[in-house]
Amino acid sequence: MRTLEYLRPATPADAVRAVAEHPGARYLGGGTNLVDHLKLGIAAPELLVDVSRLPLDEVETYDDGSGAGLRVGANVRNSDLAAHPLVRSELPLVARALLAGASGQIRNQATTGGNLLQRTRCVYFQDPTTPCNKREPGSGCSAIEGYGRYNAILGASPDCVATHPSDLAVALVALDTTVVVLGADGERRVPLEELHRLPADDPSRDTRLAPEDLVTAVEIPLAGATKLSTYRKVRDRASYAFALVSVAAALHLTEGIVTDVRIAWGGVAHVPWRARRAEAALIGHALTEQAIREAVGDELRHAETSEQNAYKPPMLRRTTAHTLLQLAAQSREESR
Amino acid sequence: MDETIRLTVDGAERTVEVDTRTTLLDALRERLEVTAPKKGCDHGQCGSCTVLLNGRRHLTCLALAVAHDGAEITTADGLAGGGPSADRLHPVQQAFLDHDGYQCGYCTPGQVCSAVGVLDEVKNGHPSHVTADLEGDPDLTDDEIRERMSGNLCRCGAYPGILAAVRQAAGA
Amino acid sequence: MSVEQQTTPVRVRSIGTHLDRVDGVAKVTGRAPYAVEHGEADGVVDPLHLWLVQSTVAKGVVVDVDTESARDHPGVIAVLDHASAPRLAESDDGELAILQEPTVHFRGQIVALVLAETSEAAREGAALVNVSYDVEPHEAELREDNASYRPDSVNPDMETDTEEGDVDAAIAAADIVVEQTYRTAYEHNNPLEPHATVAWWDEEDGREILSMFDSSQGVHGVAQTLAPMLGLEVDQVRVRAPYVGGGFGSKGEAHAHVMATALAARTVRGRPVKLAVTRQQMFALTGYRTATISHVRLGAGADGRLAAIEHRVQEQSSALKEYAEQTASPTRMMYAAPHRRTSHRLALLDVAVPSWMRAPGEMPGMFAHEVAMDELAVECGLDPIELRIRNEPELDPETKKPFNNRRLLDCFRRGAERFGWSSRPAHARATQDGDWWVGTGVASATYPAMRMPGNAARVRSLGAGRYAVAIGSVDIGTGARTVLTQIAADALGVEPGAIDLAIADTRLPPASVAGGSSGTSSWGSAVVAAAQRFRADHGEHPDPGVETTASAADDPQADELAFHSFGSVFAEARVHRWTGEIRVPRLLGVYSVGRVINPTTARSQFIGGLVMGLSAGLFEESYRDARFGHMVTQDLASYHVASHADVLDIDAEWLEESDEVFTPMGSRGIGEIGIVGTAAAVANATYHATGMRVRSIPITPDRFLES
Repeated sequence: MRTLEYLRPATPADAVRAVAEHPGARYLGGGTNLVDHLKLGIAAPELLVDVSRLPLDEVETYDDGSGAGLRVGANVRNSDLAAHPLVRSELPLVARALLAGASGQIRNQATTGGNLLQRTRCVYFQDPTTPCNKREPGSGCSAIEGYGRYNAILGASPDCVATHPSDLAVALVALDTTVVVLGADGERRVPLEELHRLPADDPSRDTRLAPEDLVTAVEIPLAGATKLSTYRKVRDRASYAFALVSVAAALHLTEGIVTDVRIAWGGVAHVPWRARRAEAALIGHALTEQAIREAVGDELRHAETSEQNAYKPPMLRRTTAHTLLQLAAQSREESR
Repeated sequence: MDETIRLTVDGAERTVEVDTRTTLLDALRERLEVTAPKKGCDHGQCGSCTVLLNGRRHLTCLALAVAHDGAEITTADGLAGGGPSADRLHPVQQAFLDHDGYQCGYCTPGQVCSAVGVLDEVKNGHPSHVTADLEGDPDLTDDEIRERMSGNLCRCGAYPGILAAVRQAAGA
Repeated sequence: MSVEQQTTPVRVRSIGTHLDRVDGVAKVTGRAPYAVEHGEADGVVDPLHLWLVQSTVAKGVVVDVDTESARDHPGVIAVLDHASAPRLAESDDGELAILQEPTVHFRGQIVALVLAETSEAAREGAALVNVSYDVEPHEAELREDNASYRPDSVNPDMETDTEEGDVDAAIAAADIVVEQTYRTAYEHNNPLEPHATVAWWDEEDGREILSMFDSSQGVHGVAQTLAPMLGLEVDQVRVRAPYVGGGFGSKGEAHAHVMATALAARTVRGRPVKLAVTRQQMFALTGYRTATISHVRLGAGADGRLAAIEHRVQEQSSALKEYAEQTASPTRMMYAAPHRRTSHRLALLDVAVPSWMRAPGEMPGMFAHEVAMDELAVECGLDPIELRIRNEPELDPETKKPFNNRRLLDCFRRGAERFGWSSRPAHARATQDGDWWVGTGVASATYPAMRMPGNAARVRSLGAGRYAVAIGSVDIGTGARTVLTQIAADALGVEPGAIDLAIADTRLPPASVAGGSSGTSSWGSAVVAAAQRFRADHGEHPDPGVETTASAADDPQADELAFHSFGSVFAEARVHRWTGEIRVPRLLGVYSVGRVINPTTARSQFIGGLVMGLSAGLFEESYRDARFGHMVTQDLASYHVASHADVLDIDAEWLEESDEVFTPMGSRGIGEIGIVGTAAAVANATYHATGMRVRSIPITPDRFLES
């Protein structure tokens, strides 16, 4: 770990200015990912700008004219967000995704903003003695022909097959969440779906944010299918493990016909993967296992696998089908 | 880059000079000789370093000390209220003894702190991954205890004893 | 002065009853000091921090160690490499003889050491050391086509191959043949306390003394190993290990980091040096279980009676230091069959040095053998317990000696009763509960009973009916401190509260390693010998201060019998029909292990073994990337061990019995048998649940996805 300077700015604007003025500066939030990286030698900032005590810890409803929503401050801890009454009642998939992540202790520390910005758990990214284009651009990708159990199957490139590890991001991307960003030129709103990027030929960049961009909040619309929703994570251990694959799903049925459906996947890509093609295929149809399998198959038409992650498409097909069918059953139960 | 910070550790005000790189865990273990929090992985993957920080269970290995200036920390040692006699143990600690919820003892202080945190979280109605009804108040079933304690690995495999201990402490 | 004493069976009073762990309060409060936690009160004043620099190539020669930027880093005191580290008097042990030459034998080998005033500076100093290499091609992959080296013996000193009768002819003539290959993964012990050592050099009566607190399963072994290499007499090395955060074999012997600490401390005489090995470093430096490939052939009659058993093992070791896991050893004594063959072949690779991990040999070997037995039961249309009944041997098939107390079938009967085995559907894939396929499986467990030589204990009268009892053994979490207190109390005929027990210090009478499930048998027998001799010499009312040191003589009957413990393991597995997720809602072990000294600590030991077996069955795998030569799953996020949520209804019980031929306490050892057979029982249960046979561990959800 390099020696570093530490700064605790008083306001978000001060924080942005500090990072903008100091190349090599990084924001410190809950620390659960960055401190890990400092020790591993993955991150070596000269300056840490501690934003963890900035007053960005409100959860509040808003109505911006286009509809109601929930604004969550970037510093809201994962455990507090999962326990929030509105999240539990209106956004069960968000609560479920949060509760499926990490451990109770880590959820007490990790922030909403930091969760979205956490970096891949690819073992080569984590091991500075091996080549990794994300950690060291141009050094090569060790994972493509190496340990591949967690590798991406969608949107990967010859330079990187890493997956995004966040559970929360998968749930939020299914809900058309907007990210509020404070940058050098002031505040702007970015759809979460556009925040993360595919690796292409520059895997070192996980997102479209500039270094000084500070995520201050996320805005989750409380419209459409959100209440009948869940998050299903498949992992080796029953708890405290990253996803093999995960499915965030929300459903609205009208007389047995799908009138709204949201599907997003974790563990499959460099980004939380919104399965819009699968969604479109299901809208207007009865929700059968066959229909879901076909819709998922359509979404996975460009999936690329190797021996070690060849299980992911079938696991995803089956898990998505199971999750949606369970929601449908729940829907029938509730309308009875 | 050294900074001086203040911590309240097990009720005592402590001032300690830390490197800006020093984790809270290393500040406690190496600079304050507070060794109840253990270093099992140093990367947030085992839970051995768990303490109660400002009342909530928290990993100290993934926390920089300098960022926690002013924090109030309770370790397993502090839960016992000081002194070596068993009769002042925290009910959770007594329950670990009663149910042999440990073997080597290395993960134990973290387990104990985590269990105290779990009981508080349940009291406050926080749901978990296995809570069926997100909107209701969770019951502390065995599955709830197991899930909530899963951030604390025990390689000796004392989980059945830990489960029984938390169950007992919850009823106390 | 130690004498040898022929022991007589102890009259039990505390033995067999519950006694709270005598170190329980220290552990639940976090006050128990582990190796690097010792401070000024124990002589560890103003310590320096040590960090290991590891090779980033698997094979080659260090051509340059650039230490300049490391030395410039604030707080760094010194950097040692192969040119500057102190020389060793002996360097035959390639694993321990670090920094004596520039050769790199495996990726992750120690190539330099950094000493600094703080751990932060030491870590960064290590990152700043720039080592350059002449790289040579390496081989780091275990394959069937490269594991052909025949070791002279397998761990600890068993025959490499055995053969009896005509296996090929018997297989050819058999009604039913099971011929399959089974695989177990690389596994790392991963005790929760990473290996750690604090060491300092000073003088006592004009002699150099190396003092250490080391996280070790055997302090005497560490001193005996290090002393000659450092050019010291054994009594010039003092090692203590009052509290050890688990070991599971990986702390059974000194590994390279212990030598690193000793060498570094030698260069800064007077100041203690602390080394806390990182979790990541443990994956290269502190031992592991080799992956195994077991080629098993079973030939049986239609009635399931075995005619032939063949178990050919392929596994790997390090070219630097040979360690041959005795994977086929349980196959040699488990079941009756006139025609038998076992063998072990190794690939000697440019990799880290493997070592002991809980039940070396039995754990991977019994996975293969017991899944094969399950397959045979299916082929024969027999209940798997009935199959084992039909193959129960009269004598030890290997030595032809009588077993002293083989109660395998009693374990099955008791387990079947408690588990509700009789209601089990005969066919696989017969039970569905909601989204889960449900099945049950069994496996046998066995572990040899061992008593180690080289143990002695001391009993001293403290007056007023109190006694100090001392032996250098280590409690790694087993409960040794507690059960030795109970043994001493009963052997002296006093209450446990009248015993002051001292352990875990080389200045105490010698004790063998806490390993091989031999600790309580070996140390307890010495304690009994010392107590009985003490009473013989000093009577029931000894003067304060009188003492006796004694060791236990071997039982003359011992050579005529085969001593093994046995058990049965019952598992229920559920496999999610959509996702393939696996849960084990019930796991039960029933054991025959002689007399149980303390039912509380014993239950925890058995359950701990079962949990580790479950963990191996479902989760544990160190993935070596052969291109680089090291394990790339090198932390607890990527190397999964069972979490609390994975451990559901797990219990263990034991048969009431006493084995007084083996030890004067009647006990036989319990530390390892819990892990044996457990992964097989789980695998067999997943087969019964799904009808899909998985022949390698870990068994992960992706194995159960049908298209």
